[in-house]
Amino acid sequence: MRRLVYLLPVIIVLGMAAFFYRGLHINPSIIPPVLVNKPAPPTDLPGLPGHKGLKTADLMGHVSVVDVFGSWCFACAEEHPTLVAISKTDVVPIYGIDWADKPADAIAWLKRHGNPYARIGMDPSPARTVVAWGVTGAPESFIIDRHGIIRYKRIGPITPDIWLHTMLPIVRELQQ
Amino acid sequence: MITEIGHFALILALAVAVVQAIVPLIGASRGDVAWMRVGGTAATVQFLLIFIAFLALMHAQVTLDFSVLNVVQNSHTHKPMLYRITGVWGSHEGSLLLWVTILSLFGMAVAVFGRNLPPGLKARTLSVQAMVGVGFLTFCLLASNPFLRVNPAPINGDGLNPLLQDPGLAFHPPFLYLGYVGLSVAFSFAVAALIEGKVDAAWARWVRPWTLAAWTFLTIGIAGGAWWAYYTLGWGGWWFWDPTENASFMPWLIATALLHSAIVVEKRDSMKGWTVLLAIIAFGFSLLGTFLVRSGVLTSVHSFAVDPKRGVYILGLLVAYLGGAFALYGIRAPSLRLGNGLFSPISREGGLLLNNVLMATGAATVMLGTLYPLIVQAVGGGKISVGPPFFDSVFVPLMMPMLLVLGVGPLLSWKRADLGAALGRVKLAAVIAIATVIITWFAQGGSLRLWWAAGGMGLAAWLAIASFLELAERLRLFRAPLAESWRRAIRLPRSAWGMSLAHGGLALVVAAMFGSTAWQSQSVQNQKIGQTVTVGGYGFTLKGIRNVKGPNYSAQQATFVVTQDGRQVAVLHPQQRHFVMPPVPTTDAAIQGTVFGDVYAVLGGPAGPDSWVTRIYFNPLMPWMWVGAGMLALGGFASLSDRRHRVGAPKRARAAATAAHPAGA
Repeated sequence: MRRLVYLLPVIIVLGMAAFFYRGLHINPSIIPPVLVNKPAPPTDLPGLPGHKGLKTADLMGHVSVVDVFGSWCFACAEEHPTLVAISKTDVVPIYGIDWADKPADAIAWLKRHGNPYARIGMDPSPARTVVAWGVTGAPESFIIDRHGIIRYKRIGPITPDIWLHTMLPIVRELQQ
Repeated sequence: MITEIGHFALILALAVAVVQAIVPLIGASRGDVAWMRVGGTAATVQFLLIFIAFLALMHAQVTLDFSVLNVVQNSHTHKPMLYRITGVWGSHEGSLLLWVTILSLFGMAVAVFGRNLPPGLKARTLSVQAMVGVGFLTFCLLASNPFLRVNPAPINGDGLNPLLQDPGLAFHPPFLYLGYVGLSVAFSFAVAALIEGKVDAAWARWVRPWTLAAWTFLTIGIAGGAWWAYYTLGWGGWWFWDPTENASFMPWLIATALLHSAIVVEKRDSMKGWTVLLAIIAFGFSLLGTFLVRSGVLTSVHSFAVDPKRGVYILGLLVAYLGGAFALYGIRAPSLRLGNGLFSPISREGGLLLNNVLMATGAATVMLGTLYPLIVQAVGGGKISVGPPFFDSVFVPLMMPMLLVLGVGPLLSWKRADLGAALGRVKLAAVIAIATVIITWFAQGGSLRLWWAAGGMGLAAWLAIASFLELAERLRLFRAPLAESWRRAIRLPRSAWGMSLAHGGLALVVAAMFGSTAWQSQSVQNQKIGQTVTVGGYGFTLKGIRNVKGPNYSAQQATFVVTQDGRQVAVLHPQQRHFVMPPVPTTDAAIQGTVFGDVYAVLGGPAGPDSWVTRIYFNPLMPWMWVGAGMLALGGFASLSDRRHRVGAPKRARAAATAAHPAGA
């Protein structure tokens, strides 16, 4: 019995190695493949206090933009004025997914920068929904068609240029 | 041609390593001195050959030889000379070559500095060191060869990740590797002792300086990495509990435990089995870190290119070395007569044992948090991320009792100590610590929300003052005439200076961690030119933006004038850089330290005709983190230069005499 105790370290190492070996082989699926032209992943997020939440059903019946952001994200602050401007044009609703954020921080952040989002779902860590959407960093944005299918994915901040020349034409076409 | 010489030297080095792994080991078991001596010669030759290979790769990088694949993938004609040199270890292949270079450097160091070692132990240690070398050299040659050619050679290269083109990042990996890989010596000593079947006080005394050297370099490397993250990532943070950071932190924790447990083996001939185990685990964590960073099993901002084949290879090495050493331990340890005598919990060794338990638990916690996503994924639970909240709420509280004990531990005597008397000598520290808690509490408005910050400040004050009192007592400072204190200061062993410096440095680091976390103020805004934003009591006025050109990037540079009460404190020039090849923007934060904290500004993109997105921080006490880290490293070097480590072979006979006394009492 006493001898077994001394063998414990080697048993632990072998056990860990087995996990690592499995981990290596499921590795390619760490970041799900880009989901463009596939249905938006099942989503059921509670709302940021004082805001409506975000469900898969909310994405049906109309074209929408889903934007993943967080108050901790520097580039999101860069993109934000553009989103506020877009929301004022009433062309398309923008839904937000607030990633790994504290509600109080997010509310304060939106107060300071303005709120372009018609709905804001909260996805605190471990952020399973954001991962399911294949997000690798914030900000990332998606254009969803009226059947709830992702038609475009933008990695990084939306600039006025990107919006006018790339995203808006796609939105217009989908709305036809 | 030079590239082929490097390639060939690396192959020769592998052959030499094979000889070094086998011949001295057989010599040691037969008692054949000539065979044992082969180890030292082979270790030197092996290092020289690998160093030639390293220089050959550096030559290819510096001269931009685009017929070498590694250069094509990581360089470009626009790359400045400094980063062509540091670019040698900027890629997976090159950094692995640095890894084996340092491994063989330590092998040679054991051969050169280990003249006092008994020939058997030395031969076996060098043999084990070479066994590690064989595995990694094979990996280098078969799966990550930096000397592969491309034909036809392209006209230009792909460029180096601009995030890596930064002095902080260029220089911290070599230090990290000196630390990581330096722990291989402790590992080799442990395995050699297990093969030999003898662990005693002399062994602990031989292992300690190598552990200390590795620990010191690792400290510098980790601090350098934190500094890099602090000023390049532009988030105002310095530690993100990222898998790669954790990969360097786990061996540091275990090396810290090993440093302290080796003292117990040396002085009290106790905790021997545990110390051997720690020496194996410390290097085991280095291997684990190498695996995590290079296999792509975990996603991290630092990861090298994902390649599962390489992952399998490193995993194989990890299992072979760690599993092999542990198996040997399992077989040998029960018959080693490790003499883990009981000892009084209130004693120096009791305090050091507690340090060990908490450090090891801390390392296990960090490992759990780092690997948890992987484990969940392996059992089919989907992909999750364990964020900083886990580490903050589990790891940080675990370290609090350690800081408490750390203040009084050095004052306890060996065998059986009088806790009351020891505490009496640090009364002043306790009073100041409690006063610090109360003052901090009131200063932050008496709110319960940041109670932990007040506690953290109190702990830092306790540790700092108690460490100072311990030193003052040794020097009889303020009690004896200054001249006598001075004489005592000169005669004080450098290892005692080392301890005081390191413990005091830790106090500063703790203060900076809590201060910057609890009271950081930040502000993100669209700032017009001429507009002043007030953060943390400092006014940041955006004076203007101009375009500047770097060697391989263009940048927008802002000028901020920072004032406090109308007095100018600093002028900051943060930049938003746009690299040419590959075209990636990076932020370059501007930071100026003051006694109270760092003023920190980051420039984002334009937000309007005269307005820019700016992010401004005040990070209280941050400069003290780097001062504290510097003191930790200085403490390591001071202790390393202690004459006990340099001269006078510790005699096994003397060690045996110590062992004759029953351990504990």
